[in-house]
Amino acid sequence: MIEGRGILTRTLRLYLPLAVCLVAMLFPFYWMLITSIKPNSELYSARIMPLVVYHPTLKHYVDLLTQTNFLTWTYNTMLVAVVTTTVSLVLGTMIAYPLARMNFPGAAVVAIGVAATYLVPQPLLFIPMADIINKLELGNTLSAVMLTYPTLLIPFCAWLLMGYFKSVPRELEEAARIDGASRFQAMWRVVLPLTTPGLLSAGIFAFTLAQNEFLYALIFLSKSEVRTVPVGAITELIRGDVFYWGQLMAAALLGSIPVAIIYSFFVDYYVAGLTAGSVKS
Amino acid sequence: MAVRPEPIARPAPAAPRVLSRRSVLEREGAFSWLMLAPGVLFLLAFVAYPFFYGIWLSLQDRPVARAGVFVGLANFITLAHDAVFWQVTRNTFVYTAATTVLKLLGGLAMALVINQSFRGRGLVRAFLLLPFIVPTILSVVAWMWIFDPTFSVINWVLVHTGMISSGFSWLGNKSLSMVSIIIVNTWRGIPFYGITILAGLQTISPDLYEAAAIDGATIRQRFLHVTLPIIKPILIIVTMFSVIFTFSDFQIVYALTHGGPANATQVFVTYAFDLGMSGGQLGMGAAAALAMLPALAVVIVALTLYIRRDT
Repeated sequence: MIEGRGILTRTLRLYLPLAVCLVAMLFPFYWMLITSIKPNSELYSARIMPLVVYHPTLKHYVDLLTQTNFLTWTYNTMLVAVVTTTVSLVLGTMIAYPLARMNFPGAAVVAIGVAATYLVPQPLLFIPMADIINKLELGNTLSAVMLTYPTLLIPFCAWLLMGYFKSVPRELEEAARIDGASRFQAMWRVVLPLTTPGLLSAGIFAFTLAQNEFLYALIFLSKSEVRTVPVGAITELIRGDVFYWGQLMAAALLGSIPVAIIYSFFVDYYVAGLTAGSVKS
Repeated sequence: MAVRPEPIARPAPAAPRVLSRRSVLEREGAFSWLMLAPGVLFLLAFVAYPFFYGIWLSLQDRPVARAGVFVGLANFITLAHDAVFWQVTRNTFVYTAATTVLKLLGGLAMALVINQSFRGRGLVRAFLLLPFIVPTILSVVAWMWIFDPTFSVINWVLVHTGMISSGFSWLGNKSLSMVSIIIVNTWRGIPFYGITILAGLQTISPDLYEAAAIDGATIRQRFLHVTLPIIKPILIIVTMFSVIFTFSDFQIVYALTHGGPANATQVFVTYAFDLGMSGGQLGMGAAAALAMLPALAVVIVALTLYIRRDT
């Protein structure tokens, strides 16, 4: 009797809402997957039950890989994400470290400036930026996005890392300095190794943001060979009124996989980065 | 400030000049500014400069391919007399307000559900965060197909369960298109709220609940008087962040509706994009983008003050 009621309460309080959450959050991905493996005859039939696949096919994937520049877009996306993440992590560390651990004139101004650049959204800047990139004659080059993505990533990395750097006790650094380490050595050999989780969080988060970026890529990259996956998919797999749904879904799925893989390995660091700003314990 | 002990003198193979360079680097100010310089210069050149250049652009009549002519506030005056601009303002506020309320409530509910102990919780949490980490445009592609006028799966379900007789035109109807972008933004944002709030819930000591239970508090009272006060700072910060990024959203609206039909879902950024990029009027575009600054500035300043308050 009591057992039974326990299960009933648990179903109502846990399993049922949990199932609703999972279905609501994951259905679009299921939809992406099954649409990408449906033959066109099933895709464009209003009579067939759409929730399952009857004759799965890899045709859309083959078409995507052989008839479009998808592999080039993937290469571009990865290259840009890796380069901008690395640059941003290095420059972000170089900003965060002195702000978190040093006393020097001007620190407060720089700290506020970094917070402001982090919070001011990119849409305020994209029109002047388009004109600047144009004047630098960088249109349709990957340099254009490699130069602009760090404007989003550096403030984020710096802001996140400041918290991690502050958490390392000052005594450790001082002990190293008494032993003859220079300031740089104290940072490189003592503080940075202790903040590896923070560096990982910032790196993974920055990588995800770089993969997600769309506005600058859309404005600056109008030639197929330099496009990233999101821009390539939305501009070349939709031509006028014609949507290549199967290929679109295949591109969406394949394009999500790099982020998903990295995320699955480092999910705890990702969550730590996500919550670092809002949860202070 | 304490006097730092000199590093123990070692037989120095280095030349005196190198030693003195090193001693300069050991000063806090010099070391700090040398470290800061590259990043700060970069941000000055590519964030601060474009920001002020944008203000300058907004005061010009500036077609893409020609030199600009200074026109003062004419662009802003034109916007203020444009009915579309006011519709854009209204749309942006409706979009932001509706999604923020839904994300906050949905995220809170999600956090409370996952905060119960059960097997595989880590895995569930990882999966629930997927909408937030997958590149927005790529997940919106799936939603475009979900909202397709002919093959919408929502319509299929609604028609086949007999709830409606013929399918909705999700992206073609003025009110439904707003509902559609609100649904997608909420879907993508709930995990952000949920997982962040969950991290807050996990800092609450179980002792507090036990004490409250002993005092005879009901579940509702425990939530209102124990849980809510503790997670309040997190709720405020998450909400302000989300307001900033929803108010200036581009990707979801651009991909799903392009601001249509007939500007029914046009928001500030898609509008500025249409004027400045598609229309080639950089000055008007910059002005339309800057028009969202006053509202944004309130939230940005509030958030900066709020974060600094507890540090």
